[in-house]
Formats: sequence, C-alpha cells, structure tokens
Amino acid sequence: MVSKFKQVLNSGKFVVTSEVAPPKGTNIENMHHHIDLLKDRVDAINITDHQSSVMRFPSIGGCLAIKEQGGEPILQMTCRDRNRLALEAELLLAYTREIGNVLCLTGDAVPVGDHKEAKGVFDLDSVQLLKAIRQMEAGTDLGGNELDGAVNFCAGAIVTPEANPIEPQLLKFEKKVEAGAEFFQTQAIYDLDNFAKFMDYARKFRVKIMAGIVLLSSARMAKYMTDNVPGIFVPQELIDELASAPKGEALNKGIEIAGRMIATIKKESLCDGVHIMAINREEKVPDILAAAGL
Amino acid sequence: MKSITKQKPFEEVQQLLEKFDRVYIIGCGTCATMTKTGGVEQVQEMRERLQELGKLVTGSIVIPTACDDMTETAIKENDGPIQNANCILVMSCALGVHRVSLYIGKPVLPALDTLFIGMEDSPGDFHEVCAQCGQCILGQTAGICPLTACHKGLLNGPCGGTNNGKCEVDKNRDCAWTLIYNRLEQQGRLDLMRQYQPPKDFHVSLRPRVARVV
Repeated sequence: MVSKFKQVLNSGKFVVTSEVAPPKGTNIENMHHHIDLLKDRVDAINITDHQSSVMRFPSIGGCLAIKEQGGEPILQMTCRDRNRLALEAELLLAYTREIGNVLCLTGDAVPVGDHKEAKGVFDLDSVQLLKAIRQMEAGTDLGGNELDGAVNFCAGAIVTPEANPIEPQLLKFEKKVEAGAEFFQTQAIYDLDNFAKFMDYARKFRVKIMAGIVLLSSARMAKYMTDNVPGIFVPQELIDELASAPKGEALNKGIEIAGRMIATIKKESLCDGVHIMAINREEKVPDILAAAGL
Repeated sequence: MKSITKQKPFEEVQQLLEKFDRVYIIGCGTCATMTKTGGVEQVQEMRERLQELGKLVTGSIVIPTACDDMTETAIKENDGPIQNANCILVMSCALGVHRVSLYIGKPVLPALDTLFIGMEDSPGDFHEVCAQCGQCILGQTAGICPLTACHKGLLNGPCGGTNNGKCEVDKNRDCAWTLIYNRLEQQGRLDLMRQYQPPKDFHVSLRPRVARVV
C-alpha cells in the first residue's frame, strides 16, 4: 500500500498539508467540520497528538475521522506519552485502518502542558521511532519478534531551520534522514532568506521538505512567538506590517502574509511544499490558500 | 556518592507523627549534614519544633553515616531512649531510613525527601549527573549524560524545544545536547554524536536492582 500522500510527494507537485487539532472532550463536531473544510483543499491533514502536552482526543481518533470523511490523514505520534509497546501497537492499528502516513516527533515536555504532574515517557526518541517503523516494515517488532502481518508507512519528521544553535539540530536532522524519514514538515519559518540558506543545505538529502507556515494573528502574537517559542524567528518587518494593519484587520494581514510567503516559496521553488498551521483558526486555512493563489 | 535531600514541609512531618507522642530523632553525619537537612543543627531544630507541638523527644543522635552497617551499633548503644519512643523520625536520605528500619521494630518515618544522587557546584548548589541506568554512555557523550541532563532523556540529539542553548522547561537550564555537541566538537569527536543510539535496554537494570560486587 502506497499512501495517497506519498504518491503526491513523489509526483513532484507542490505539496500542501495542514493540520487539525482534536477537541478537549467528546464534542467532535468542530473537528469533523474542520476536516470537511480541508480534506479536498489540501493533500493531507495532520492530526496533532496532545499538542503542547495538553490532553485531548487522540490523534489516531482524528485520523480515523479523516478516513471516514474521505480525506488523507497524517498521524502525529509523539514519544512523550507511550512506551515502545504502545507506539508499536498503535502503528499496527493505524496500518489496518489504512492510515498510511506518520509524523514522528519527540513531543513537548510534560511540564509545559496541562498535566504537569504526569510522567513523561520518552522510552523512544523520534529517531528511534522512525527506525522502529522501518523495522516493523521489515516484519519484526522492537523485541525482535516476527509480526503476523507487517506495516507500511510514509514516515516523516520535523526540523527547526531557525534553531539556535543550528548545528546540533542539523546533525539530528541527518540522523532522522538515515533512520528513514521521507518527508519533513518544518517548524514555522518567517524569514525566507534564512530558509533559503537552510534549503541549500537540506537539498543535498533525498527527502521532501515542507515549509511550516503558522498564521500570525496580531503583532502581539508575532512578538510573543519570536521572543518565547523555541526555534521561531519573526523578522521585525513582519511584526511592523501586522502592527500597521487597521484595527480589527490584523488577522487578515496575517492571512495575507501567510499567502504571500506560500506564493513566494512556490514561485521560487524554495522547497517541496508547505504545511499550514492555523492553530485554533482552521477556518482560515481556505483564505490562506486563496491568498497564496492555490 | 552524595545523596541530595530536602526537608519535607513541616506540616507533612506533623501529619506523619499525628498518632505518635514520643519521638526519637536520627540524623546523618554525611550527605544530610552537607546538604544541611539532617545534621546536628537541623536535628536540634527539629527537636525544638516537635517539643513546641507537645511531643516528647526521648532522644536524638546524628549517626556518622546512617546508611552503613555501623548504624546497628549506634542504635544498640541508644536502646533506652529508642525503646522509650513510639516512633523514629529519620533525618537522612532514604538509604538511612531503610538501614534504620532493619534494626528497629517500631515505625520509622522519613523527615526528608530524597531528590537525587548529585554533585555540589558551589556550597549549597547541587545538580544531578547520573541516573544510575546501568549502561554508561558517557564515553560517547563527552562526559555529559543525556539520560540525566536532558529533561526528556533523549539519546540521539536535541529536541525542537531547545533555544539559545537552553531547555524548553526552564530558560535557566542548559540544553544537555548543546553542551554535548560543543564539547564533542571541541574534542574533534562529533562523529560520536552522528552514531545512532538504539533504544535504552531497561532489562539490564531490572528493578529492584541488586548487585554482587567482587
């Protein structure tokens, strides 16, 4: 089984993915609505896995919903909450339900979330999870036992092009490539010159890179991100541009900026595609796509 | 070895002692003295606070090293006041609590929380360096243990939460993998960090761990 998303990745087309956050609770109406809104507009939809270590409806549940609604899911799997047995078991479940794409992440630290007292697991790290997938594809589990029915996934990972210092991050990126990552969705990028430099390096590897686009909703949010979120740098011009928007128009300015960046990335063939993260504003993704001319 | 401890909140000690009115206190002359959590002064302070609560403190002692087997002798020598108490409050790390429990058939209660096995940076400042995992990888990681010094215990490099060489859980803490990278680079040994580290084998150190040395 070659996933639809993998076929798109290999087609050479400019790939567009986005993501949907599952609910905190059992009211899944909004999630279904967001999936409906995006499933025919993007090539695949990530479902986040307790993002920011905040307990939510599970990623695999969201991916099953995408399948039911006729979309293409990317299962985000962090190493924070499950040991190797639980991760392997979930991969088995995902494969049998034709969820063909997995994004392997370390996961945010437990204390940044809403269950600060919980035990962080990290039995595997993201590199080891990628390797585990490849080993399970070859027919054995991490205990070395034969599987009665192997798996097959299009496996990806993340990279932070603006990490400071960058060298240890790039070294890990290379380990992820060696471990079998086929695609990378990057942490949010805003400085396209910096990103182009990163791509000069990353292009040497036979992997697909999708630039992370996080919607900026106000100058204040942009400032907060650049000051506080690891690996995110928002240039002052963009913060000024958001600040210059008339009252109540900052979000539209953010959509315009995101659309403009995507259009530039595509026009200049900076990388293989984009991953749009609207963070609680999934409704705005179609507007971002329209602004990008997609 | 330095066992780093902190004193439990007094309210918790009070709760532990709720059903006991006669207390014997044992401190430790080694780690807990160094951390100022169970030395002579702290034992004296505890004695006074318990007396203020109306408890009868039948006696107290600071044993040179509460976790070793000389503790048995110290306890025998103080049998009178110990027998006169209906519980023992131990101001040492958990090792001392275990040791004392072997020799006294009365409730033995900890007054301290044992935090970690650590090193002293400057007087009063300690940090954890070893998780005692049973498979030392310091040879590959420039003498910095990622299992201990990285919040997530990652073995193959930094996570995306690292920022300006600091950790995502605390801006004042160093990112272990940035430190490892820098030291390996300095030593011209970055190839070690490029090597894939397989998942940790937790089977080599099955809990509870036992060892027969020699």
